[in-house]
Amino acid sequence: MSKVRLVQGNEACALGAIAAGATFYAGYPITPSTEVAEQIAVLFPKIGGKFIQMEDEIASIGAIIGASAAGHKSFTATSGPGFSLMQELIGYAAITEIPTVVIDVMRPGPSTGLPTLSSQGDIQQARWGTHGDHSIIALSPSSVMEAYYETIQAFNLAEKYRTPVVLLMDEEIGHLKERFEVNDEEKPEIINRKAPEPGKEYIPYENTEDMIPPFAVFGSGYRYHITGLTHGEKGFYSSALPVVDAMIRRLWHKIEDRVDDICRFEQVDTADAEILLIAYGSTARSAEEAAEVLRAEGIKAGVLRPITIWPFHDQYIAEICQGRKAIIVPEMNMGQYVREVQRVVQDVPVHSLTRVDGEMITPTEITAMVKEVL
Amino acid sequence: MGKKWRIRLSGTGGQGVIKGAMILAEAALLDGRNATQSQVYGPESRGGSTRAEVNISDARILYPKVENPNLLLCLSPEAYQKYIGDISEDAIIVLDGDLDKGALDRSGVYRLPITEIARDQLGKEVVANVVALGAINGIAGILSDEAVYESLARSFPEKILDVNRQAYQLGFQAGKAAIE
Repeated sequence: MSKVRLVQGNEACALGAIAAGATFYAGYPITPSTEVAEQIAVLFPKIGGKFIQMEDEIASIGAIIGASAAGHKSFTATSGPGFSLMQELIGYAAITEIPTVVIDVMRPGPSTGLPTLSSQGDIQQARWGTHGDHSIIALSPSSVMEAYYETIQAFNLAEKYRTPVVLLMDEEIGHLKERFEVNDEEKPEIINRKAPEPGKEYIPYENTEDMIPPFAVFGSGYRYHITGLTHGEKGFYSSALPVVDAMIRRLWHKIEDRVDDICRFEQVDTADAEILLIAYGSTARSAEEAAEVLRAEGIKAGVLRPITIWPFHDQYIAEICQGRKAIIVPEMNMGQYVREVQRVVQDVPVHSLTRVDGEMITPTEITAMVKEVL
Repeated sequence: MGKKWRIRLSGTGGQGVIKGAMILAEAALLDGRNATQSQVYGPESRGGSTRAEVNISDARILYPKVENPNLLLCLSPEAYQKYIGDISEDAIIVLDGDLDKGALDRSGVYRLPITEIARDQLGKEVVANVVALGAINGIAGILSDEAVYESLARSFPEKILDVNRQAYQLGFQAGKAAIE
């Protein structure tokens, strides 16, 4: 019989992590992300991976940073309250440039909020949740298959750019069950962190041309210093003004200058669209259905679906919005992504459609708003 | 193109409606169709009324939830009260026995002794969800038998697979008889 099967979004993340080569998971269970941990707890022992249930989320991210420094592709999964607790060490992973993947299955907040329902309320937290200037990568899947592939992508980007990567998945996709089918012949591309060149002096935080220094795995024979303090190229603390300035700017530019490589979008019927709907995660499915309904009624609507939420591709968004009659950004929050769109789009009206009761935005809500603004 | 189904299975927490929905959705995938399955998580699943939903379509399913179901199964009077409200006009409604006390006066309503079949003929009330699945398929003809059997085999361990196969068959026969 066919290989196709019914799989949940959270389970697809666990399968994606394994396909990406992950071998270490540390986490603390929290709804609606728990099934990621459940799956990994079953699957990792079979492949020699390590699953640890930690005492809390702070310890969880600490453990995955340590395991990654020792060369294991490592990840954790959580939801809003746990994601809040992890923020300080996400900054640590950013400044020490240790690849880490954090899956945040979003539920309404703040605080304990509404554990079993859906939200996209952590968009800005993923960007700015940890203090200080840094850059970050965040991805948002819209289907179960994409939860699988974007988890692989999250590991690839973490390894390539030596950065924490957040998989921002709303509860709808985390708990949705739908078609899952992976062709064993088509292996996805797997990227591993760059290793030091043998025989060459190793400078752990060298300002290389690509701004991403090679990573010497702990235990591989190199001795160097890792610190959350500002540091020079050798990895030791420095408060010298040019050293600090160069470090912060490199952390920023190594990601922000690579938006063409990092950012991916899906466009549906955008070519002649007068109304452009910009939506991500499960909301993008409603937007696409709304656009189909509107087209059938003679209203030219299209959808731009950012798969990469951060970094934000200013130029791409500004250009695609040009010449439209109106832009609508539906999202399950009070308007977090729309702020970025409004920042780069000046000459086209940009409308925000919000929903924060834990339920998905329906196609009908979107078509109603389109008719209102036309 | 096959019919687009918007199915809501409902009952009391513990009756296996979510499991039933998963078996149904997986069988639809095995038939080469698309399916999405979702449910409400929360206190509802502990004793109160619970529902699980399945969309089945040949086209890509975008909005993944079920709006205005065209097939509703109710395994408890409470679930009937709670989930009958937004069904579509042409919906098929499958009730466990006379749980609406004959109140629903329209075509497309089937009152089948689902729990009774599970309890009296198979000695296991817990397989009522699979009897219901058989009944639905007997009435609506959504899935191929092969796909259902494969889905059942993936869902249950060997020692309880046989009773579930029988549950499906008995439900299917009851459903078929109801439309003839």
